[in-house]
Amino acid sequence: MKMKKPLAENAMLISILASVISIVIGLLVGFILLLILNPAKAGTGIGAMLGTGFSSLDQFGKVLYQAAPLMMCGLSVGFAFKTGLFNIGASGQYTMGAFFALIGAIMFQLPCGVCLLLACLGGAIWGLFPGLFKALFNVNEVITSIMFNWIGMFLVNLCLANMPLMLASAWGASNSDRTAALATANPGAIIPKAGLDKLFGNSSWINISVFIAIGVAILMWFILQKTTFGYELKACGMNKEAARYAGISANRNIVSSMVIAGALSGLGGGLYYLAGTIQYVLEKSILSMGFDGIPVALLANSNPVGTIFSSLFISYIKVGGSAMQPNFSSETINIVIAVIIYLAAFALLVRGVIVKILKGKKERGVK
Amino acid sequence: MAEEYVIEMLHITKEFPGIKANDDITLQLKKGEIHALLGENGAGKSTLMSVLFGLYQAEKGVIKKNGQEVKIKDPNDANRLGIGMVHQHFKLVECFTVLDNIILGVEDTKHGFLQYDAARKKVMSLSEKYGLKVDPDAYVSDISVGMQQRVEILKMLYRDNEILIFDEPTAVLTPQEIDELMEIMRGFKNEGKSILFITHKLAEIMAVADRCSVLRKGKYMGTVDIANSSKEELSRMMVGRDVTFKVEKKKSEPGEVVLKVENLVVASTRHNNNAVKGVSFEVRRGEIVSLAGIEGNGQTELVYALTGLQEAKEGKITLCGHDITKASIRERSKLGMSHIPEDRHKHGLVLDYTLEQNMVLQRYFEPQFQNHGVIRNGEVRKYSMKLIHQFDVRSGQGPLTIARSMSGGNQQKAIVAREIDKNPELLIAVQPTRGLDVGAIEYIHKQLVAERDAGKAVLLVSLELDEVMALGDRTLVIYEGEIVGCFDHVEVEELGLYMAGGKKDEKGGIPA
Repeated sequence: MKMKKPLAENAMLISILASVISIVIGLLVGFILLLILNPAKAGTGIGAMLGTGFSSLDQFGKVLYQAAPLMMCGLSVGFAFKTGLFNIGASGQYTMGAFFALIGAIMFQLPCGVCLLLACLGGAIWGLFPGLFKALFNVNEVITSIMFNWIGMFLVNLCLANMPLMLASAWGASNSDRTAALATANPGAIIPKAGLDKLFGNSSWINISVFIAIGVAILMWFILQKTTFGYELKACGMNKEAARYAGISANRNIVSSMVIAGALSGLGGGLYYLAGTIQYVLEKSILSMGFDGIPVALLANSNPVGTIFSSLFISYIKVGGSAMQPNFSSETINIVIAVIIYLAAFALLVRGVIVKILKGKKERGVK
Repeated sequence: MAEEYVIEMLHITKEFPGIKANDDITLQLKKGEIHALLGENGAGKSTLMSVLFGLYQAEKGVIKKNGQEVKIKDPNDANRLGIGMVHQHFKLVECFTVLDNIILGVEDTKHGFLQYDAARKKVMSLSEKYGLKVDPDAYVSDISVGMQQRVEILKMLYRDNEILIFDEPTAVLTPQEIDELMEIMRGFKNEGKSILFITHKLAEIMAVADRCSVLRKGKYMGTVDIANSSKEELSRMMVGRDVTFKVEKKKSEPGEVVLKVENLVVASTRHNNNAVKGVSFEVRRGEIVSLAGIEGNGQTELVYALTGLQEAKEGKITLCGHDITKASIRERSKLGMSHIPEDRHKHGLVLDYTLEQNMVLQRYFEPQFQNHGVIRNGEVRKYSMKLIHQFDVRSGQGPLTIARSMSGGNQQKAIVAREIDKNPELLIAVQPTRGLDVGAIEYIHKQLVAERDAGKAVLLVSLELDEVMALGDRTLVIYEGEIVGCFDHVEVEELGLYMAGGKKDEKGGIPA
């Protein structure tokens, strides 16, 4: 007869419980911070952060829309982690992906699907270089990919500034600091809504991108978990020497891993900018989306399926955060979000505590 | 008469997920005795000592010192109680000097500056008193393994420890160094210190121990007086059956040459010189060639070059007629080379993979285990179950056990199973029984002989003289990167002379 597992041994349940407890602790600490900064508005502030995402279908659509690029960047960082690489260059790859996608959409008037593939290509190229440097010259990928974040951002800005056709000013708008709105430039490149907008009360945000991202997450899980390629990648990540002993080419895997990670981030850029709601603005700071991929991956412990949930969570509090705007400065909001994410990452620690408590109970029960 | 015992561990129970490492174990150490702790791999010896040294907390049971119950929560507690330990893998800071290492953690300071003079005096007097020769100003990275061990021992003495735990101290030593260590241990005993001595080697227990406690599969089997006991009795207690100490094997019938090595030169991994200096030898079908030598004489680099882990500088390696000097590791493997690596944690296993994933580490790409790049999990499971049963690999959760959580012996068995089942033409076994118990050693030796009898070529690289002598149909001796002797039959003393560089034949590794 099969016995029911005691709670102390049900790893899955404990993991979920630990994550929930950590998030609650994070919210509490975030609330305390708000109380200190602006006691009068703290209640409405935390209410906005927690409630906005579910307050209307439109806002929930925004959560899903923002979750898609977050998920892709999280997958990118997590995938590289599994191979023992720290892809801090997700931001640059994301920017490149966006750039390639927009070129396809605006310059070449290509349909959405092709533009998304171009986004993958752009990101992959930007992942290839750090991978090659690591494999051929053993240059630390962290350093290279940080530099490639900046190189990518300035290169894209430089290119766009010299491609008048790409800018909004060429398409009947007045501003030349951003790319053309896709609705005027090429509606065919906008990611289809597939009727979801009707379902979400005419939300301008929602489209099928989150489902594409979930599909990719499941694909990544399959590759890592079920294929010989994933087996090799993970072996390299866990024990490079043993992988070498088994005849696995570490260098080839480093390059493949970075290329795939880059393609994932790049696709994230495509999904974000091909929605038709946002235009790429030429700024002088690195896009934060790629860096947000790091906590997404960490929260999910680099598990692709976990990434789906962690990106939805972070997207949710980000959407909530932006609703706190008039009462709190954006810096404050970012601090509170950071605290929540930071404490959510304590899930592993909380997990240990839970196991200890449960075990203690069990033993006392025996006595 | 509880005060008779300086340390008592009563009814200790320690559980890990899926396995009871210690199940109601009692160990009583008398003052001034050498007490051996014997058991197979995974019997729970290391766990028990870790409990005593404060690295693990037991779920049940008490520890008493001089009859008083004590709590040992961490190694600092153990140290305060006068318990010191020499770990199997030394805990030394490589880039510190010997003296730095000895005083590390208990250093005297004045206004924040280290005070070396008193420490040096104390270390030197201890060194002299017990015959523990060390150079206090040498860097640990530069000194021999034997001296590193003496540094570890001095660390315990410097802290005035009265209870000394030695975890498999002889595994890394040459025969001469082992004799010296035995003398040192007797010296401690005469000084009234109490010693716990973990080992697999029955001969050492018979030579030096007063009493011996035996563990088997986490359970306490009893304690015997060595004076009234025998090797046979001890091994029976340990494995639960009679063990043959002789390796049964027929005379070898060497066939064609499988591995041919010509003038091989390999750079050192540790210094700028060549580690292997023009070595030539052959291994034929149906013979075991054993390579004897003291650690660090080029064996590691020689094996790396043969298996492809490191590039050869000069020379030629031929496997079954194919020139593999420049071949990749995978190509060599496909041509029929199996490799039981020296370092099972570094090379042999992906420790965070499950046992079944490790079982296919060299074969996951074969059609049997994958279909268009998708791993056939059912086949992997079936195959690993087969190997687990066939080679008696014990673990908490069978094929799903994380390799890291397995005992060293069972990890080794898993590697041996994987490499032998690959059905190789040439099996390179490096230290295949390092740190294993007699039961497992016997088993692995039988497997190696069986491989030979099945017409395979076996190259055995080992630091264990008994193993070299018992298994090798031919014995090569390597000294400072050169093959200095090649014997069909040799006496231990003779072999020792060659290994220590005292004697040298010019003909190299090709039989006359």
